[in-house]
Amino acid sequence: MQTNQLLLIFCSVLLILGLIAFFAGRSKAARLRASGTSMYAQPDQYAWFAVLSTAGPAVLVGVLGAFVLLLLGAEIHPLYLLSASLVVAAAGLAVGVVQVRADFHARKAIERVIRWVLAGAALISIFTTFGILISIIFESLRFFEMHSFWEFITGTTWNPGASFLAAAGRGDGSGAQFGSVPLFAGTFMITLIAMLVAVPIGLASAIYMSEYAPTKVRTIAKPLLEVLAGIPTVVYGFFAAITVAPIIVNIAGFFGLDASYNNAVAPGVVMGIMIIPFISSLSDDVINAVPDSMRQGSLALGMTKGETIRDVVVPAALPGVISASLLGMSRALGETMIVVMAAGMRPNLTANPLEDMTTVTVRIVAALTGDQEFESAETLSAFALGLVLFAVTLTLNLVSVIMIRRFREKYRVNNL
Amino acid sequence: MNSMSTQATVQTPGQSAERVEQQTPAVGQPYTRNSEASHELSIRVRDLNLWYGKSQALSNISIDLFQKNVTALIGPSGCGKSTFLRCLNRMNDLIPSVSISGLVEMDGRDVNAAKMDEVALRRRVGMVFQKPNPFPKSIYENIAYAPRMHDMVSRKADQDELVEKALRDSGLWNEVKDKLQEPGTSLSGGQQQRLCIARAIAVQPDVILMDEPTSALDPISTATIEDLMDKLKEQFTIVTVTHNMQQAARVADYTAFFHLGEVIEYNDTKVMFSTPAQKKTEDYISGRYG
Amino acid sequence: MSDSFDQISQQLKRRHRKSARLKWLSMGALGLAGLFLLWFFTDMLIKGLPAFQQAYVETEISYSEEAAKDARQAIDSDLIPIVSRTEIRSIPLLLRNEPDRIGSRETRWLLANSEVDQYLKGHRSKLSDKEIATVERLVASGQVEQKFNSTFFTQGDSKTAESAGILSAVVGTIMTMIVTLAIAFPIGVMTAIYLEEFAPDNRFTQLIEININNLAAIPSILFGLLGLAIFINFFGVPRSSPLVGGMTLALMTLPVIIISTRTALRSVPESIRHAAFGLGCSRWQVVKDHVLPLAMPGIMTGSIIGLAQAMGETAPLIIVGMVAFIPDVGASFTEAATVMPAQIFTWASEPEKAFVEKTAGGILVLLTILISLNASAVVLRKKFERRW
Repeated sequence: MQTNQLLLIFCSVLLILGLIAFFAGRSKAARLRASGTSMYAQPDQYAWFAVLSTAGPAVLVGVLGAFVLLLLGAEIHPLYLLSASLVVAAAGLAVGVVQVRADFHARKAIERVIRWVLAGAALISIFTTFGILISIIFESLRFFEMHSFWEFITGTTWNPGASFLAAAGRGDGSGAQFGSVPLFAGTFMITLIAMLVAVPIGLASAIYMSEYAPTKVRTIAKPLLEVLAGIPTVVYGFFAAITVAPIIVNIAGFFGLDASYNNAVAPGVVMGIMIIPFISSLSDDVINAVPDSMRQGSLALGMTKGETIRDVVVPAALPGVISASLLGMSRALGETMIVVMAAGMRPNLTANPLEDMTTVTVRIVAALTGDQEFESAETLSAFALGLVLFAVTLTLNLVSVIMIRRFREKYRVNNL
Repeated sequence: MNSMSTQATVQTPGQSAERVEQQTPAVGQPYTRNSEASHELSIRVRDLNLWYGKSQALSNISIDLFQKNVTALIGPSGCGKSTFLRCLNRMNDLIPSVSISGLVEMDGRDVNAAKMDEVALRRRVGMVFQKPNPFPKSIYENIAYAPRMHDMVSRKADQDELVEKALRDSGLWNEVKDKLQEPGTSLSGGQQQRLCIARAIAVQPDVILMDEPTSALDPISTATIEDLMDKLKEQFTIVTVTHNMQQAARVADYTAFFHLGEVIEYNDTKVMFSTPAQKKTEDYISGRYG
Repeated sequence: MSDSFDQISQQLKRRHRKSARLKWLSMGALGLAGLFLLWFFTDMLIKGLPAFQQAYVETEISYSEEAAKDARQAIDSDLIPIVSRTEIRSIPLLLRNEPDRIGSRETRWLLANSEVDQYLKGHRSKLSDKEIATVERLVASGQVEQKFNSTFFTQGDSKTAESAGILSAVVGTIMTMIVTLAIAFPIGVMTAIYLEEFAPDNRFTQLIEININNLAAIPSILFGLLGLAIFINFFGVPRSSPLVGGMTLALMTLPVIIISTRTALRSVPESIRHAAFGLGCSRWQVVKDHVLPLAMPGIMTGSIIGLAQAMGETAPLIIVGMVAFIPDVGASFTEAATVMPAQIFTWASEPEKAFVEKTAGGILVLLTILISLNASAVVLRKKFERRW
């Protein structure tokens, strides 16, 4: 029998049992009440309790069984599993109906179940983080069995080509080199360019919007800036590769410089523009949260508005601005599509942003999109790169959270 | 003073009092001169009206403020005394819906004139706020910042000297001289307020406006600041808003009683508190409302 | 005695100029961002709008015996380099399915070759002089025309630029988004309700909170690694399917929905909860009957924004194999499919010039959908905005 059919049978039988539980529970409760017994809960609540006690354990048994079946490869026939869970459902139905008694707190029982279900949902986000961690750590460990961690961290040559041959059974893979330094150098170069674009423009826009702009301009400009954040990265990547890169090449040519079409400037600048709204909107919030008494104190000393902003408002908002920049930086480091489409594929350790260079995320994508064995060192290297990326962005995010928390405590604002 | 225009000729307080009475009958009793206090004119206000949008907050205020005196503005809350105070250094400019008519004259110049640079005005008319608002900088920087920006000091030694003088004048020096580099916000509330006063006097203004400077402080800090005001009036003209009549009686040479946006009575403090000319003033002072 | 107003004003001149400079500078920064937006959209429109126009050739097709074997016999030999190869290739297939057509003739508008299309749009093309002459002659006689490109909206991907369309990607996106929303919405809302209304303020709750904030800032490509290692390799979910793509995106969207739902729940004033508790409602009843209905517009707005974000995401989908050549419109959640951004990525990697136009056209379709989604979120928020 197909799994689909089994699932269908399971669901429909469970539905029928659930309906029986509901009506049996309700009618029994109604009868009891009609006979004059005063009860702790409404008939409907008894009915829902019966449904929960029917379906809950049965679904639990079903899921656990499926889990054991699929993952541990245990030899249980799916039919046994089906019947077992349905027996549990029937038992649950019986318990549920028997529990319809005057002294039973059906409502409290239901609330308890709901509470647990909600808490279970909240756990899923924790599982996600663990899932990411486990998936990258396990595969990374397999990678580091093949290639030394030290070489990965300090090596300056990234040449996975030979490992591909080794996986295909040709050659021994000894020529493959996994030195990630050029990849991180490329990543940091592009991130640096992005931050050089995003931080000044983002901060200055935030200053204009919170300190100078009339309300009308503000209500128009804020959502327009948000549009920049809403444009998909694949679109930015196309724009960087097709429109911006040739312009950069032309400008460089005008100054007599030789630029690659996969130069680091085009993706860097476009990425910077993408990050502007992250920095401007958080900085805007933070600047607005700087108490007005600060501004008045400075103005009352005979400071100009510009001096007040530069020397009092911005320094006061600095923790928030730094926090926003760190978040933006973490986004730039992990950005994939723009660099995949506009940056180079060649690991290149250079300080010249006009040359082509590649990034960590580009190599992750390259390693996982070829028709390679999953077991090959190159494929696994993607997870090792992912692990480092995770560690770096996690650190940035946490530092950013701590800084914004400091700011919030300092000025006692709660809406940040 | 000698650069005054012909229209606003130099006036003795007596003359101006007459004018006040002629123009604004609302000010019932012309103030009598305080024999001990100075009576050189600092700020002259005539027919000042102020609206927040459509609602009028000040009507026909006409009073003279004298140099090197403490003038207290009292009245029930919402009577416009703070609003009036903020007219004197144009802090109301920061509120977009405010419109003003009438004359606020300092040094023979109309403060509200288009040509008047409000930054220059605030340079000469400093302000201390209800809640202490030190900058998020060190104690030293809180004071040194403004004089440096105003080019009042060029050498580091001058700057140190100026900071010390301001802190001594505000009676804070002994408490903070060993921790000048600590953030201003690390001080207690009363110390912070004195730091703000030090910050204001460091730029050597003519007038210092104080907007309920002690309302957020404990009684001991309040007493310290009241003493300070008494000392500072030797150098500065002080205009203070207070919700506390005892404070006005203690520190002020002149007192103006505001009610519903009008000046009901403006007089020598002793006269005002002993024999108020207006029934409303008497009711307020005796605590019938407020 | 301090300086007079005139002296001070004199000193202030330089400082006022500096102050004004800051204002203009900050205004310029905002203007720069605005200019970029303008440049970007103009560029996309210029590049993408021609994709909605396509050259068609009016062709006489003779369904002869020979044509059933060699389709090139069916049309005038002059037209062979001009008509799309996909159109020519479809003729024998047509005749096999409908043999009674053999012997008849028919005049139809056929898709022109992408080179012809590019030539007519004024781009460089690989047409020879002789072919150009033919095209010019046909244009003059009205047998070659630019028409609305319906193929673009009714067909899936193709290796020939002129017959490539976005439909399979649109359907793939819809299926993926159904999976994403079906998982992320209930879990996200439940998590938010738990954290906001039920959870005690302890270490564990704080851990969940920090974790959610962190998830929102993790690079999306790492979610792809999770999808590959756990969903595909561990649980055996079919690669490239809307199911695995949707599950991966659901985990990415989860923090967005949780955070916006919490904000919406928090904006419901405490007094409403107190009032309901006062009537003897239990905590769950208070949430279900009083708080949730009031928070619903906010929750919907947040979910739409999260959905729009997921819809534009590409990186994790590349990792789970959703960037694939999918010519047919998918029908199942477990078969290989592609989504709009992935389709854009595929087209962007094609070297042919005609695909640049397709890419930009696809981008315009995607942006239109995203902007309308976001606009509807804004409208929803405006409409139900409540000031307490």
